[in-house]
Order: sequence, then C-alpha cells, then structure tokens
Amino acid sequence: MSDNTNHHIVPYRTYGLILLLLLVLTGTSVAVTQIELTRWATVVALLLASTKSAFVLAIFMHLKFDQNIYKIMATLIILLVAVVIVLTFLDYGFR
Amino acid sequence: MSETIAHHNEHRDDEASKLGMWLFIFTELLLFGGLFVTYAVYRHGHPQAFHLAAEQLDVVVGTINTVILLISSMTIAMSTTAIQKKDKRTTLLLIAITLVLALVFLVNKYFEWSAKIGHGIWPGSPLLEELGRGDTLFFGLYFFMTGLHAFHIIVGMVLLTVVFVRVQKEKLTFDNFQLLENGGLYWHLVDLIWIFLFPLFYLIT
Repeated sequence: MSDNTNHHIVPYRTYGLILLLLLVLTGTSVAVTQIELTRWATVVALLLASTKSAFVLAIFMHLKFDQNIYKIMATLIILLVAVVIVLTFLDYGFR
Repeated sequence: MSETIAHHNEHRDDEASKLGMWLFIFTELLLFGGLFVTYAVYRHGHPQAFHLAAEQLDVVVGTINTVILLISSMTIAMSTTAIQKKDKRTTLLLIAITLVLALVFLVNKYFEWSAKIGHGIWPGSPLLEELGRGDTLFFGLYFFMTGLHAFHIIVGMVLLTVVFVRVQKEKLTFDNFQLLENGGLYWHLVDLIWIFLFPLFYLIT
C-alpha cells in the first residue's frame, strides 16, 4: 500500500469468481425454498442472503482490501441492526 | 500539460470522500433495516395472510432480477479495475453494461407492478380492503420497499451516467477515480438491499 492512494487492483478473475459464487448461492436459496421445508427454509434463505452480502461487502465493496476503519464501522452498523431486530423479537415474540 | 499541474494543486482527499460515501451507505442500511424490522413484525402478526400473499409474487421474475443485479454489481466492480489499468474503453463499456442491466431491471419491475395493478392490487385498492389487514400490510410493504429500492436504482443510474461522462471526458483517470469507486459503492448497496428483499418477498412463503 502506497502513501495516500491505498488502492489495490483486484483482478477481473476475482470478480468473475465471486459472481459465480453469488449465482450458485442464489440458485441454492431458490431451490431450498421451493421444496417446502417450512420453518427451516426461512432460516436457510436468510443465512444464504447473509453469506451473499458478506461476499458483496468484502470483495465488490473492497472492505477486504480497505483500511480497518471501514471494516470496524460496517461491523458496528450490522451489529446495531441485529440488536434492534433481537430486541424487537424479544418484545413481540413473548407477548 | 498544464492540466496535470492544475491536478496537483487541486484540493482532493480520496479517503475522506470514500469515508463520506460509507457514512451515507450506513444511513441507507439503517433506513432499510427499519423497514425489514417492520416487515418481520407484521409477518409475525399475520403469518397466514403473508404466506398466501407472498405466493402470488412471481419467483421467476424475482430470480431474473436478482441475477441481473448481481451481474451489474460485478461489471461496475470490474470498471474500477479497468480504470486502474488505464483502460478507458473497457471502463466505459463496463459502466454502459451496468446502466443497460439497470434499465432491464426497471423494465421487469414495470411489468411486474403492472400485472399486480391489473389484478386489482395496489396500495389502498378496493380488492385489498376486501382481502383484509394482512394482505393490505404485505402489499403495502411490497410496493413501498420495492418502490424505494427502484428509486435507488434510478438514483444509481443518474450517478453512474455522470461517472460515465466524466470518464469519457478524462476527468476521472487511473489516479483520480474516487467518484467511480463511490458510484460503485452506491450500486453495490442497491444490490445488497435486493439480496434481502428477494428472499423476504419472493422466496419465503
């Protein structure tokens, strides 16, 4: 990493592979939800969506190659959203 | 070139520019995060109605739009590689492909919404009032969330068009492309939101 431009040139191939992976994960989530597994289908679909977004954030959005401050901030925001969701369901789930 | 000298004297802070973009992205994540919580709570309250309503959405159209957005995310990511390799032609081509894919996404959305409206389903429609609260909530959220997402697509297209013109005019180059990267970040955000909208509305029934 150089002085003020810390840009890392990501090869085209990396992006192509990530797209392939994202398409496979999309196909899997469509397949899993079409064969009715009721409650588990929801969990699996959301886990696959989270995995897909992790790849988009890390590679497409360059978080993997950027300074740590971006990773820390992104993690904190995701945790904040998670806390809000958990608190909401602690409320609604036990009414 | 006199222009090169001008560039050196220009006040520019790429890192701050990127940080600003990320801060904006965080506010967007919180906006949509709030909407996802709203969706989850109403789904929890009206499981049967949400189940039946979600089955009316077209999984095929939803999947096609997901694939389109994922590919467009890759092309715009690749454009930052192309510009750093000083390959202007490929950079422009990749931005153009992204814009075309965005347009295809919107056309699909238009047909999808038209079909729903053709079946008498739109916010506040008499049919929804008959169907009851659960359906009203589901389709209210469906139109609002996919509509807000489509609005982000339009904003992204405007931003990427500006980037395209600036790359064309060589205002953005291999050592000064933060606007392209920020445009890309915004576009990936649009993709990220869709990654969650798609299973929640189309897949989980």
